[in-house]
Formats: sequence, structure tokens, C-alpha cells
Amino acid sequence: MKIIVLVKHVPDAQFDRHLTGEGNTADRSESILSELDEYALEAALQLIEARGGEAAGNKVIALSMGPAGAVNAVKKSLQIGATEGAHLSDDALAGSDAAATSLALAAAIRHLGADTPADLIITGMASTDGETSLVPAQLAERLDLPQVTFAASLELDGGKLTARRDGDSHADTVEATLPALVSVTDQINDPRYPNFKGIMAAKKKTITTLSLADIGVDPAQVGRTGSWTAVESAEVRPARTAGTIITDEGDAGIQLVEFLAAQKLL
Amino acid sequence: MAKVLVFIDNPGPALKKASLELLTIARSLGEPAVAFNGELHDDVAATLGAYGAQALYRPSTADLDDYLVGPKASYLAAAVQTAEATVVLTENSAEAREIAARLGIKLGAGVITDVVAVDPDGTAHKSVLAGSWTTTAKASTPVAVLTVKSNSITPDPAVTGTAPGTVTVEVPATATAASARITARNEKAASGRPDLAEARIVVAGGRGVDGNFGPVEDLADALGAAIGASRAATDAGWIGHDAQIGQTGKTVSPQLYISAGISGAIQQKAGMQTARVIVAVNKDAESPVFEIADFGIVGDLFQVLPQATAEIKKRKA
Ligand SMILES: Cc1cc2nc3c(=O)[nH]c(=O)nc-3n(C[C@H](O)[C@H](O)[C@H](O)COP(=O)(O)OP(=O)(O)OC[C@H]3O[C@@H](n4cnc5c(N)ncnc54)[C@H](O)[C@@H]3O)c2cc1C
Repeated sequence: MKIIVLVKHVPDAQFDRHLTGEGNTADRSESILSELDEYALEAALQLIEARGGEAAGNKVIALSMGPAGAVNAVKKSLQIGATEGAHLSDDALAGSDAAATSLALAAAIRHLGADTPADLIITGMASTDGETSLVPAQLAERLDLPQVTFAASLELDGGKLTARRDGDSHADTVEATLPALVSVTDQINDPRYPNFKGIMAAKKKTITTLSLADIGVDPAQVGRTGSWTAVESAEVRPARTAGTIITDEGDAGIQLVEFLAAQKLL
Repeated sequence: MAKVLVFIDNPGPALKKASLELLTIARSLGEPAVAFNGELHDDVAATLGAYGAQALYRPSTADLDDYLVGPKASYLAAAVQTAEATVVLTENSAEAREIAARLGIKLGAGVITDVVAVDPDGTAHKSVLAGSWTTTAKASTPVAVLTVKSNSITPDPAVTGTAPGTVTVEVPATATAASARITARNEKAASGRPDLAEARIVVAGGRGVDGNFGPVEDLADALGAAIGASRAATDAGWIGHDAQIGQTGKTVSPQLYISAGISGAIQQKAGMQTARVIVAVNKDAESPVFEIADFGIVGDLFQVLPQATAEIKKRKA
């Protein structure tokens, strides 16, 4: 089985995050592998391990699109256990919106599947920077694959995939046949950490660098020029400042209600 | 005048406030029409008219709910073409965003999510990076697709209502071809409390409730509030995952958010820091939640919450 996992290098949310430059794009100087993609990678690794692992001819390819630094998301994925990596990097990609990103990723996925198409494409439920969740659905549309997104559980039996998807008013059981596109939530598993053996093994694994020319995408279709939306302005929201903090002396519940009454919230 | 199509998936017996907000925004942008899926009750049709809908579109097939996302996007694409709409508005739920995502590719239309306001020229305002930045964004394509957060504006009926007719839109035969099928659906019991995404007040509990949401529920009911939770509380199984607020749960912007026994991790803040007023109750004075609280109480939630509940009941009596 061949699985492609999409991994994104995103600004670390533990630090203050910024939008900069002409396209108001995220500053990527303090970046990490998106936490939500760790669940996707774990789901992929569990699927191949249950089928005899790499020894049985299964593989997990970690694919990241992004500037030079994004290769670190691929490297981290290899340390965690991906079989090989691919890094789609091209200056013309800068500022791509979801539509342009999904166009480039769809082409990269087709390129990586030129000999043997992937059985599964697995992504996180959202990126922790863009937070839109548009790209997985758009990839399913572009690749004409069944979309099994926001999977909170995943089972594969032969060519049949069964997932649980939680909605607000109902929980659904979703079925599809392979090949398919899957996104997983943070409810699906507990991602593993890279161990020493994994870190050493990763050094011998291959990372293929792909340019737009390699995957046959016209630079005008991606980046800021090829995008269908543009961020016109960006402003940091005034930081919330701490208000009144009291220590309970036995009447804090009453003081709380007085505060609500003063704010006309009762 | 621009034609604005509002998508309402399964309007049910009464329209949600979020749908009324979309119709109100649609009127500010042009001539509103509605594409719905599922049953259309008479009361709902009347409300759509009261909110100024000029036309209603329904799918030719009744099985769209049996599939995940794709076929609904195919239907909506056909509806946009039939209506000759240049703006599409949907709610901001996970499924609506995904329908918007695929619709965008089908129509070559730019999609903007998490919208909180739309200017008459189509510029969308949104909050990003977990609510720490606000941006304006615009689609450069002939059609724009916007998914709008609930509680963005006050819904307002039209000055003159309409009595729109219903047009059936042919769903392409190929729509369900490469689609995941929904083979079972478990409805969740309704709580009787306000919908979390739309609630004016949210009372949320975290690991500090230690398995007992009783004091959180009592305070919520005294205030007519919805109940939220941190991931620590939902992971522990004390309350359903649908109550989770934060990066991987729901994003809420209520008038009031009361956080009890929650430390205020960045992923939790991502879901609530755009609330108008934040109140925090936490034993630990060093908890990061106090950095964003308008009113903070360093204390035991099992003391403070019941006392507040009793006081509210006393005042309301
Ligand atoms: C990928 C990812 C996604 C995540 N998504 C989310 C998300 O969507 N939402 C979310 O909430 N978290 C999310 N988290 C988890 C987040 O990082 C925190 O672990 C979580 O929010 C902690 O929950 P908590 O504040 O309830 O628990 P803790 O951090 O353990 O805090 C409990 C608090 O309760 C206080 N307390 C204890 N007893 C009492 C008492 N009797 N009275 C008053 N106070 C008391 C303590 O002082 C403490 O501050 C995510 C994490 C990851 C890695």
C-alpha cells in the first residue's frame, strides 16, 4: 500500500505569530511540523504497520509544499517513521491561497503516483496557521477521489474504508473505496514521538525536491498571481489586557454576579 | 444588481439564527436567493420571504444527505449557475466550509472562510491566527464564496417581504460517482440549551471540574447559557466532544464566556478569545487564562460557581 501524507511547516503557536510582507503571509521564522499533521502521519503508519510494514512493500511518503525551511517538516516526518519524503518548493508558489495550493499539491500527488498511484492521501484536519480546512476538500475535488474528511476513527478492510465523522447534531459512519482522500482529527490516535532509532534511520531516507517544472505546473497558476483570493490588509488585534483579578474571600460568587450586572449581562 | 445565493443545508422546522444572519448580509450585497437541501416547511418558506429571498432553489434529488460533501457541492454549483449568482454565502461549520471549498474549484471561485463582516464591494473581514489578527480579503474571481461565522450581525427582516417561488435544480448524474457514502447516522440527543456556536453566553469547564460538570451546568442554566469544555475535559469523557472549544473544537464569540477550571492554553484561547467579556475562575493565580480575563477570580470553582448560581436565581426571583 502506498500512502501520501501531507505535512505543513507552520509558525509555532507558542510564540507570537505575525503576518508580513506584500501578501500579508505568515512569518515562518519559528516554524514546526503542524501538530495536526502528526495525527495524519500516525494514522498512515498504523495502517501500513498492520499490513506488514515496509518489509511487505508498503510505504508512507511525507509531502510538504513550502519554502526552503519546509523541508524540516519532511525531515521530522521521516524521523517519526515516514518511508520517504518529497518537498515541493518553488519561489513562484509564495502567497498561494487554498485553490492554488490544492492545484500544486494535486499535481505533486499525481507526479508521485506516476508509476503506482497512491491508495490513500491523508492530511490533518486543518493547518494550524491558515485554519481553513479548505485544501483537503479541494484536493478531493481536483483528484476526483472520494472525500473522507474529519475522520475521528479509520478502518481499512480490503479496499473499503470506514470512518467516523462527528457533526454537531449527529455522528456519521462514512464509507468509501480506495483510492481516497482522508483528513483526520486529533481524536483519532495518539501520535508517536521520534525516538533515537528513528532519528538515526531518517538520515538515510530520501527526500525528493520537486519544482513546478518537475510536476508540470505553470507558475502563473499558483502563488499570488494564480490565487483567487488576496489578503488586502492585516492588523494585529489589540491584545486583551487583564482586567480585575480578585481572590475569593468567601463572596467571589456574589462579586461575579455584580460584575455581570454592571456589564448588563444578566 | 448582484445576485447573492445563500446556501441552507436542511433548514429544518425553523431557521437557525445563523441562516437569518446570512440572509441579512445577502440583502446588503444585492438581491438574495436561497438554495436549500432537504425539506422545506411552510413556516421556513414564509421566513425566507420575510427576509427578502427572491427565489428558492431545491435539488432534483432527495439523497444528497447520503453522501459526504461532494454531491452537495455539485448541486450548489448548478444552483449558482441557474441563479446567475456572483456571491455565495454559507455558514462556517466544518461541512459548509468543505462544500464551499469544492464549490470554489467547480466554479473557479475564490473561497474565504471565517468571515465576520462583508463590505458592499465584497471585501470580507475575518479573524485569523487564533483570533490574534484581523484581515480583509477579497476574491478576484467572477464568483466569490464566503463562509460566515454566526453571531456576526443582528438578523433583520426585509422592509418588504416576498413570496418566492421554488425552482428545482437538476443535480448532475455524475455528482455521486466518486463520493464517500454515509452509511449510518446517530442523532445526538438535544440538550435543550442554546446552540454553542450561536449562544450569547457560554459557561465552560476544564480539567478543574474533575468529572463533575454539575456546577457548570447549574450556572449555565441560570444564565440561559450553552456549555463548553476544554479538550482535557472532553478527552476525559466527562462531556461530549461537541462541547470542545478551541483550535480543534469550536470557535465561539459570545457576549460572555465564563471559563471554570481551565488553564487557558493557546489551543483553548484560539476558540474563545474573541468573546466580548471573559470571566475566569481558577485556583491557580498563575494560570494564563487570567491574562485575557476581564474579571478573574482566584478561587475554587466548587465554591464560586454555586454561590453565583444562587445569587442569580435570587435576583431573578
Ligand atoms: C493539536 C492540539 C489541539 C488541541 N486543541 C485543543 C482545543 O481545541 N481546545 C482545548 O481546550 N485544548 C486543546 N488542546 C489541549 C491544550 O493544549 C490543553 O492541554 C488543554 O486546553 C488543557 O485543558 P484544561 O485547561 O482543562 O486543563 P489543565 O491545563 O490541566 O488546567 C486545569 C486548570 O484547572 C484549575 N483547577 C483545578 N481544580 C480547580 C478548582 N477546583 N477550581 C478552580 N480551578 C481549578 C487548575 O488550576 C488548572 O489551571 C490541544 C492540544 C493539541 C496538542
